[in-house]
Amino acid sequence: MNSDKILSINNLIAGYGETEILHNVSIEVHTNEIVSIIGPNGAGKSTILKAILGTLDIKSGEIFLLENKITGIKPSDIVRKGVGYVPQTDNVFVSLSVHENLEMGAWTIETNLKEKFEELYNLFPDLKDKRNQLAGQLSGGQRQMVAMAKALILNAKVLLLDEPTAGLSPKYRGEIFATIQRINKSGLPVLMVEQNAKQALQISHRGYVLVDGSNRYTGTGQDLSSDPDVALMFLGSRG
Amino acid sequence: MWESFWFEFINFYFIPGLVLGCIYALGAIGITLTFGILRFANFAHGEIMMTSSYLTWEFVLVASSFGLILHPIIGAIPASICAIILALIVDRLFYKPFRNSPTIMIVIASFGMMLIIRSMVQVIWGPNQITFVKGIAKPNPIIKDFTSSFDIMLLIPNKHIFILLGTIIIMLIFNYLLSSTKIGKGMRAVSDNPNLAEVSGINVENIVKATWVVGGFCAAAAGVFLAMDTQFIESTMGFRMLLPMFAAAILGGIGRPFGAVAGGLIIGLAEELSAYPWLGDGPVISPGYKSGVAFSIMVIMLIFRPSGLFRGRVF
Amino acid sequence: MEIFLGYFLYAMSLLTVGGIYALLALGLNVQWGFAGLFNAGVAGFAAIGAYTYALLTTAKSQFHFGGLELPLIVGDIMAMIFAGIVATIIGLICIRLRADYLAIATIGIAEIIKLILKNETDITNGPRGINKIPRTWEHFTEERFYSNFPMNFISNPKGWEVFFDSIPKWWWQPFFACTILTIVIIIYFLLEKLRVSPWGRMMTAIRENENAAAAAGKNVTKRRIEAFILGAVIMGLAGAFLGQHLRLIEPTQTFDPSKMTFLVWVMLIAGGSGNNKGAILGAFLIWFVWSSSELVTNGFIEILATMFDSVDISILKNRAGFIRMLFIGLLLQLILQRFPKGILPEKRPAISGKSQKYAG
Repeated sequence: MNSDKILSINNLIAGYGETEILHNVSIEVHTNEIVSIIGPNGAGKSTILKAILGTLDIKSGEIFLLENKITGIKPSDIVRKGVGYVPQTDNVFVSLSVHENLEMGAWTIETNLKEKFEELYNLFPDLKDKRNQLAGQLSGGQRQMVAMAKALILNAKVLLLDEPTAGLSPKYRGEIFATIQRINKSGLPVLMVEQNAKQALQISHRGYVLVDGSNRYTGTGQDLSSDPDVALMFLGSRG
Repeated sequence: MWESFWFEFINFYFIPGLVLGCIYALGAIGITLTFGILRFANFAHGEIMMTSSYLTWEFVLVASSFGLILHPIIGAIPASICAIILALIVDRLFYKPFRNSPTIMIVIASFGMMLIIRSMVQVIWGPNQITFVKGIAKPNPIIKDFTSSFDIMLLIPNKHIFILLGTIIIMLIFNYLLSSTKIGKGMRAVSDNPNLAEVSGINVENIVKATWVVGGFCAAAAGVFLAMDTQFIESTMGFRMLLPMFAAAILGGIGRPFGAVAGGLIIGLAEELSAYPWLGDGPVISPGYKSGVAFSIMVIMLIFRPSGLFRGRVF
Repeated sequence: MEIFLGYFLYAMSLLTVGGIYALLALGLNVQWGFAGLFNAGVAGFAAIGAYTYALLTTAKSQFHFGGLELPLIVGDIMAMIFAGIVATIIGLICIRLRADYLAIATIGIAEIIKLILKNETDITNGPRGINKIPRTWEHFTEERFYSNFPMNFISNPKGWEVFFDSIPKWWWQPFFACTILTIVIIIYFLLEKLRVSPWGRMMTAIRENENAAAAAGKNVTKRRIEAFILGAVIMGLAGAFLGQHLRLIEPTQTFDPSKMTFLVWVMLIAGGSGNNKGAILGAFLIWFVWSSSELVTNGFIEILATMFDSVDISILKNRAGFIRMLFIGLLLQLILQRFPKGILPEKRPAISGKSQKYAG
């Protein structure tokens, strides 16, 4: 077994109840990597993240976090094992303050929280001044920061981001991508699903193209950006 | 001289309304917490209230057979523990099996629990009214003398002082719990966004248990306060409270505990003030329809602002 | 012979009340089984039906509005119409909201109806209720019917008097039971037709996936209000017959909002929600269980009394009804947990709970 695999999905078939959405998906995330999943709408990109998190009915296939199989256990346990997850929407507790949101992320940790909080506020300096504001009053980009910080606090081994820049202005989009790179530099592998394929691939080490519930193309971020097929399918229209 | 209008209004309408509002508020806390955290309308909540008032009465009675004359508040302590245990048992046996089913299954189950708990009480204590506290409640003389020296004579019986103070104390504790403890913040988080809570690693089952403890305790307090106020207990008292409590929860915004408190106070005051002769001689709303006031407020809210005054959740 | 007559009449009354409950369960099935609407105010709609019928058909009375002495069939029809009107108002207000809110609102409506019936004493005679409600078939033996058209066309009042004296007093009982059963069967067939009609299929589609149905251009709210009204209309009719069966109705005991509604819910869920046959089966079955449990508990208490002379059975006897209610409540919980689809499950794919929870 390749020791440098952090997360691996092998031949996953999954869906909601009777409806099958993912037909055959295999994805790997290695140490210190940013991996993007791109693809057309409805291809099942976000569904992959939900499958990792265990909120989906898995028909066959396995998911490993390091050497541990995480298929078939409760979402909250998967999170506790080290999968940080930031949903696309509703990803902060709007009626809780920023600081309380972080505390909720740290639910299972009992000790050393102070240091951890300081570390996070250093990573997300914007949030430091707003720590006592309600998360619901923040801008979209700031909420995304809160959501990411909240997911990081549990000493995650891998960070899953579901369309982190959806609905954000270009200015914030750049800021979020920069933050993702910063998080990654601190030693955390990131698996993200993105609609803004071109920008995502620019910062990604590797990418997967998902079409109709199975992955079609795989390559380095560079390769995929320059692949004419991929470009024709997703990148061209988005400029 | 304090005008007779204010004398009458404050003493005979406003204070009783406030007292009733406190009782509704305590009851509505449990309703709004279960609605927010477990996502269902708990029809059995009123029965927990009712049961705890019977238990309180029973404890006081048993103590008196040993020669101890207990104040109902003392009897309420073991009763509220029993109410919490009852709420936890009901959840474990009858609600937990439906956690992953469509929520309406739990609503039906709670509808059934309403009848089961009430029948149980009726089998044990019989269907008839029982006198909870004997005698006529006289206004507290100290307050009466003190306030009348300022020309604003307040006639507040001791039972009302107990209820008002008791509610304030419980609210303060509750506020501390929600804003400063981990479990309380967790309750707010689950109520805010249950899916996110689960993927944040929050142990939702523990939060659910905490919800029953808090809701059960507040229900017990509301039940005992109601029994102290009306001075009798009967097996339908919980059901009668159900509608005003739901109305309070919806008025305040589902999942907003302090909204529920405000809603409870508003509904309690509205019910009592509706009997005031605002226009001419008779009460505005005939006393027979008093219990319709809560319902009307609720329907108006559902039509015009289902999220409630404090922007709660709409399902 | 005497004893057989006793059994026969008991059976008739079981069928009569069972049939009335079957109507209520069919009405609830349209709302819950077809459309997924939670109605916790079944008793309220039955009360509207019963009071409408009573006020329209009873003889003139100084205690309440009317009675208008209208033909019984007019009373039945108006009972349905009135229940339908109230359901329309509630439907317009609450049906957009989630099932829980509808449950709260309907339980509230049932309470408000009770309040009105209790307080508008000029119209309803308040808590004392309405007496001498004419019962289909038996009403022929009342003077105001046989001395008027059309009965006086056949024979003069004196002749009718002699005739009714000559036949057994219970003659109407089988007729009344059969009338109710016939109505149950007719409504069953109509509802079955409706279920497989485009309207019925649309209801299933809406219940199983509201968003998809709405996206497909179906007017979800309108369809649901229609189902709610139709169910209430059937409940109103059941109420009219309940009024006839009881002959005396009053607001609190007759239409105890929680008990009556609850019993109908147990019937529908036990029989199988979504299945009309199941609704009828559940109604008769639970009604038999409910009635026979009275015999069983009473018998049990008698045995207890003969075994222990010192036991004061009067208390137990007073409370036997609550033991039965407790038993029925536990039965519901058992069915809900072990056989949620009931004895006769619905024949279409049910909603998957999990996909509902995580969808979207």
